[in-house]
Amino acid sequence: MSDFTNNHSGISVQVRGLRKSFDGQEVLKGIDFEVKAGEIFVIMGPSGSGKSVLLKHLIGLETPDAGEILINGEVVQSSEIAAKYRMALVFQSGALLNSLTVGENVGLYLAEHRLKSPEEITHIVSEKLGDVGLKDAADKMPSDLSGGMKKRAAIARALVIEPQLILYDEPTSELDPLSAVVIGEEILKLKRRICVTSLIVSHDRDLAFGVADRIAVINDGQIITIGTPDEVKHNSDPLIQKFLHADFKREPQS
Amino acid sequence: MFENIGEMIVLFGRTLLALPLAWRQRQKIFDQFFEIGNASLLMVCVLSFFIGAVIALQTGPVLVERSLASAVGGIVGISLAKELAPVMMAILIAGRIGSAMAAEIGSMRVYQEIDALRTMNINPIHYLVLPRLVAIACALPMLVIFSILVGWFGGALVAEANNHIAIPFQAFFTNLREVVKLKDVANGVFKSFCFALIIGVVSCHQGLMTIGGPRGIGRSVTKAVVNSIVLIVIFDYILTRILLQQ
Repeated sequence: MSDFTNNHSGISVQVRGLRKSFDGQEVLKGIDFEVKAGEIFVIMGPSGSGKSVLLKHLIGLETPDAGEILINGEVVQSSEIAAKYRMALVFQSGALLNSLTVGENVGLYLAEHRLKSPEEITHIVSEKLGDVGLKDAADKMPSDLSGGMKKRAAIARALVIEPQLILYDEPTSELDPLSAVVIGEEILKLKRRICVTSLIVSHDRDLAFGVADRIAVINDGQIITIGTPDEVKHNSDPLIQKFLHADFKREPQS
Repeated sequence: MFENIGEMIVLFGRTLLALPLAWRQRQKIFDQFFEIGNASLLMVCVLSFFIGAVIALQTGPVLVERSLASAVGGIVGISLAKELAPVMMAILIAGRIGSAMAAEIGSMRVYQEIDALRTMNINPIHYLVLPRLVAIACALPMLVIFSILVGWFGGALVAEANNHIAIPFQAFFTNLREVVKLKDVANGVFKSFCFALIIGVVSCHQGLMTIGGPRGIGRSVTKAVVNSIVLIVIFDYILTRILLQQ
């Protein structure tokens, strides 16, 4: 799946020795990885393994205790990430502002930074909502949307920023399989269309192996392997195999 | 409460630094201003009327007994203008608007909406705190002026209607005009402006500091109201001391 050209708008991200503790409990224990520009990189792992905390560091919502984040080879401080680079985070819950309509949510970045006129914003919002299949949802309130629609609206809000890096936090959690496939297709479409760098944290195996160029598996605050989907699938580490093949085992009925 | 005072001062300072951006946020300021007025006007009216009425009722018969009937207007007028209207309205607004501010910002924090703003490089202080603080700082003094007028009217009405007082409407206001100076009303309005800043900063700070789920939001709302009222009462004394020396 990897097919990177130099003609992309994405940025590369490098994480070196990232550590973070909360109340004396170490959540990230020295994370190292690199995401190439334009790549879809998936970080998989069980719940509570530190995936979402790692994502928050990458977009500047958390400050690491130790380690550094390099963007396009340059070390950046957490506080300046959002100001220096166009990044977007698609939250697990969507995190749409409940007091605004879906259209206002999607156009919020442009309106608050006064980047376009109100007419242009309306046009862009309609276009981005159309891209994610929510053309008629602009006037609805977030409370009127289903879980899948909220996530797609959150992706539309991310697209408006014209991001160089999109981070997705569990994009398919709480979704039915059909909606999960739609979200996966949206992620792939974005890569094809604007060559954005995508970093996804998820424990959804279908999504990870369906969209990823490379996958990292994280457990207990440490990355235990990084590779292409095939390499990860054939990794002999028992923990990885257990995670990849976990399934219900029903006892035969007598 | 006291461990948060440093954080509240920093929040207030940052909001003051953002004041030049207030014009850009005018629509949000207007919306907040409308909400504060709309939510409070009827309650302010009822509360003020009966505060004025009860002061007249409490002081009137005693003063009439001592042949000081002409002082009723002045007592009702000055106590409302300098003390009761600013403090009572501030407490009312802390309960009605401060709680709403803390709950709204708190739920935005809990449900990651504030994180979403940060990822879009939108400063939550500019977007959430500034409009609320400017709106309440404009609205509360106006509500207090309204409250003073309604309270005076309530006092005058009781002074005339009550058989034990029986002071004509006109005599009540003649005495009130002799005693209450414009400076007294200005003092009350200035106090209410300070109280508005206290309510705004305390409530927004509690909202921004909210952690946990719905229980955390409830805790923030309670703390916002209680801390606002405690600070209003403390600052009322400090401001009264300062203003008495003028």
